[in-house]
Amino acid sequence: MDDAKQLEAFEAKIASGAKIEPKDWMPEAYRKQLIRMMSQHAHSEIVGMLPEGNWITRAPNLRRKAILLAKVQDEAGHGLYLYSAVETLGVDRTELLYQLHTGKAKYSSIFNYPTLTWADIGAIGWLVDGAAIMNQTALARGSYGPYSRAMVRICKEESFHNRQGYEIMMSLAQGTPEQKAMAQDALDRWWWPAVMMLGPSDDKSPNSDQLMKWKVKMESNDAIRERFIDRTVPQAEFIGLKVPDADMTFDEKTGHYTHGEINWDEFFEVIKGNGPCNAKRLKDRSEADKKGAWVREAATAYAAKQIKERAIA
Amino acid sequence: MSQDSQWPVWEVFLQGNPGIPHKHVGSVHATDAEMAIQNARDVYTRRSEGMSIWVVPANSISASSPEDQGAFFEPSNDKPYRHPTFYKIPEGVKYL
Repeated sequence: MDDAKQLEAFEAKIASGAKIEPKDWMPEAYRKQLIRMMSQHAHSEIVGMLPEGNWITRAPNLRRKAILLAKVQDEAGHGLYLYSAVETLGVDRTELLYQLHTGKAKYSSIFNYPTLTWADIGAIGWLVDGAAIMNQTALARGSYGPYSRAMVRICKEESFHNRQGYEIMMSLAQGTPEQKAMAQDALDRWWWPAVMMLGPSDDKSPNSDQLMKWKVKMESNDAIRERFIDRTVPQAEFIGLKVPDADMTFDEKTGHYTHGEINWDEFFEVIKGNGPCNAKRLKDRSEADKKGAWVREAATAYAAKQIKERAIA
Repeated sequence: MSQDSQWPVWEVFLQGNPGIPHKHVGSVHATDAEMAIQNARDVYTRRSEGMSIWVVPANSISASSPEDQGAFFEPSNDKPYRHPTFYKIPEGVKYL
């Protein structure tokens, strides 16, 4: 079959709702875009472990500590599901990690903000995982089989992350005036970055049409953002916290909130590497990789020795 | 799937409950089978998703080719008599 016919069959398959599997023919642009998206997604999961890992030793009690440990372990797992899914497209995981550590690959802008207080752990679970769920439930319906299946697994697990974060915020909001102020401060700092992490507005987002047709992207950034805001604002009100958007209004006619202006300059600065923690995150990731090298070498040597001993026996 | 510098890739299959088949869930990297099973346990069964794990070196799996799919599976369509609905049984006959 020539390329035009292949492409026609490929698009018909996607339109019918069938999944594309690793060995199926696919256009180069589809493969490239998936590698870019999936690896960024994988990187976001493992970089996301850093701001939360920051609070494991200082969790306020054992229950919270066990929960946070489990959550951070889940993020590692999510990274691994996703790296495993990207590898089905014939990419080497080492190459992907190299791109991350040298700053060539991107990860979610949100993880370049610092976790200054314990309330930030609540805000991340509630807002960041909340926003991620909106995005990921859409991606679970995407056309690439391995990515879609990884998303289904991840979505099942994210719900715990979201709820534990809200529970932290609720406890603080019902606590002393200082604790409530701490919760409000975390919401004030994380709200806009969470709203922005869903990506630039549709008019600033190139290539969307083809990606939608190929079901690489399922919904526009603005549509996902609207859903996130609609669900989250009442959750904040319920626990007596206020979303830091003076211009936000509720439109009775559409049933949606209209948000104030988003500072996209800040978003693009963070993406470019100029956020508060970009340098620290990359440094910590690279160091973790270097510090783990001896473990990988030892395991490789041990495996080689086992094979040798078995050969002698 | 290639063997990269982070150890060979192993495909992971989980049996969710007794009596049902093992199902492919993803892959892990590991130096040997024992490590592959341990990694698969940590990555794919944190919420009791499985009661049995199989790991298989990815390069040991041979698969049919999607390009040949039509021709390869075609013969089944020529043999509708393999399905019970092919046979006409008079109404009223029981247990058939």
